[in-house]
Amino acid sequence: MEFLRPASLTEALEAKAAHPDATPIAGGTDLMVELNFDKRRPSALLDLTGVAELAEWDTDGGSGGDPGGDPGGDTVRLGACVPYSRIIGELGGRLPGLAMAARTVGSPQIRNRGTVGGNLGSASPAGDAHPPLLAAGAAVEAASTRGSRRIPAAEFFHGPKRSALAADELVVAVHLPVATGPQQFSKVGTRNAMVIAVCSFSLALHPETGAVGTGIGSAGPTPLRAEDAQLFAAAELEGRWEAPGPLPDSVLRRFGELVAAAAKPIDDVRGTAEYRRHALAVLARRTLTWAWDDYRTGSWSRCA
Amino acid sequence: MRVNIEVNGEQRVADTVWEGESLLYVLRERLGLPGSKNACEQGECGSCTVYLDDVAVCACLVAAGQAEGRSVRTVEGLADGDRLDPMQQAFVEAGAVQCGFCTPGLIVAAHDLVRRNPRPSDLEIRESLAGNLCRCTGYEKILDAVRLAAERMGASGGTA
Repeated sequence: MEFLRPASLTEALEAKAAHPDATPIAGGTDLMVELNFDKRRPSALLDLTGVAELAEWDTDGGSGGDPGGDPGGDTVRLGACVPYSRIIGELGGRLPGLAMAARTVGSPQIRNRGTVGGNLGSASPAGDAHPPLLAAGAAVEAASTRGSRRIPAAEFFHGPKRSALAADELVVAVHLPVATGPQQFSKVGTRNAMVIAVCSFSLALHPETGAVGTGIGSAGPTPLRAEDAQLFAAAELEGRWEAPGPLPDSVLRRFGELVAAAAKPIDDVRGTAEYRRHALAVLARRTLTWAWDDYRTGSWSRCA
Repeated sequence: MRVNIEVNGEQRVADTVWEGESLLYVLRERLGLPGSKNACEQGECGSCTVYLDDVAVCACLVAAGQAEGRSVRTVEGLADGDRLDPMQQAFVEAGAVQCGFCTPGLIVAAHDLVRRNPRPSDLEIRESLAGNLCRCTGYEKILDAVRLAAERMGASGGTA
């Protein structure tokens, strides 16, 4: 096995081009488990933790990392190797859905190491970052020595642990619109910490366009959007944004049914397909209630 | 491959390291530092928790090569000579140690908590230690120890 240690993004892309079968490693929270248990023997490890460019975030309004300042901007470009703990600490206001999901990842030690880039690279249907990326309409920036491209999150996942990445490409960043409305994330598991989702759901309200974004995790071969549920919710919210009252129970219930119907779950060690559909309907109903209440009361910017 | 790591303030070199080897293996088997415990090897139990460049991590999930040129502080590096760190002392006094296997990881995780948050609430203590498993104590004495250490460290106005 080779251990490749690029010191810059250019070197990293060159190394990936020269060793397309090298496995990238950042936080190691997935890959090291496979190595420790002899489940995987890649020909080379491509360590990305020495690449400073991947460990930063910024906005189109300016650079991040200054805790006191607000650079503004409409979009966050989140470097692939920014750990979950920094997303929680630095981006909760701009990316509340992703920050909520980040809080449910593993444990403090895992959140100090795990990254969204790694989550995308693994492309597990259960990855906690994926539903909020889908709900927010994020785009994945993939790069190689041939150039870079943006892949909408909804087109990134091709199957269980399979993605749109080419063999010579690395995930270098994720582009997420700064939240303009409430976002939510909710996850079912056997305890709060160290849980792989039985199923999860993320919701984003976009008051300025009237749109509703969704993301379903761990209930299909890939993370999914609930498109019928999105259209239904957007149609129901039309006309309510200006004078928002509580949503009727019938709307919440139907939204839950449509989210459950969009899932493609299977029975596995963590839960049955039937349970996952039931739980998703509950999560969808609850998250829409919470997000809409946050919008109505104007408290959504604080909940992050 | 050869890996150079600053461990507990000392520059150390490990040779013939396999490229897929974990930092935990290097610490325990190559550098003679068995304080960090090897249990689950998948980040579930926290018993191998160490500081890597001042950030608490599971050493079993760090590839040894990723620690090249970086600084590691293990449980062995917390005490000042024979004088225990206040967190270690509190674990002893509160009866937070039974079989002792989880203790090094818990002490590093708790040390990290109190360093960042000198007056943690019970909820914050529980959340911060959620990645560390103990099968003996039922955790109550561990919570007592963390509260005791936080009080003392707050009273003395400093942290280790």
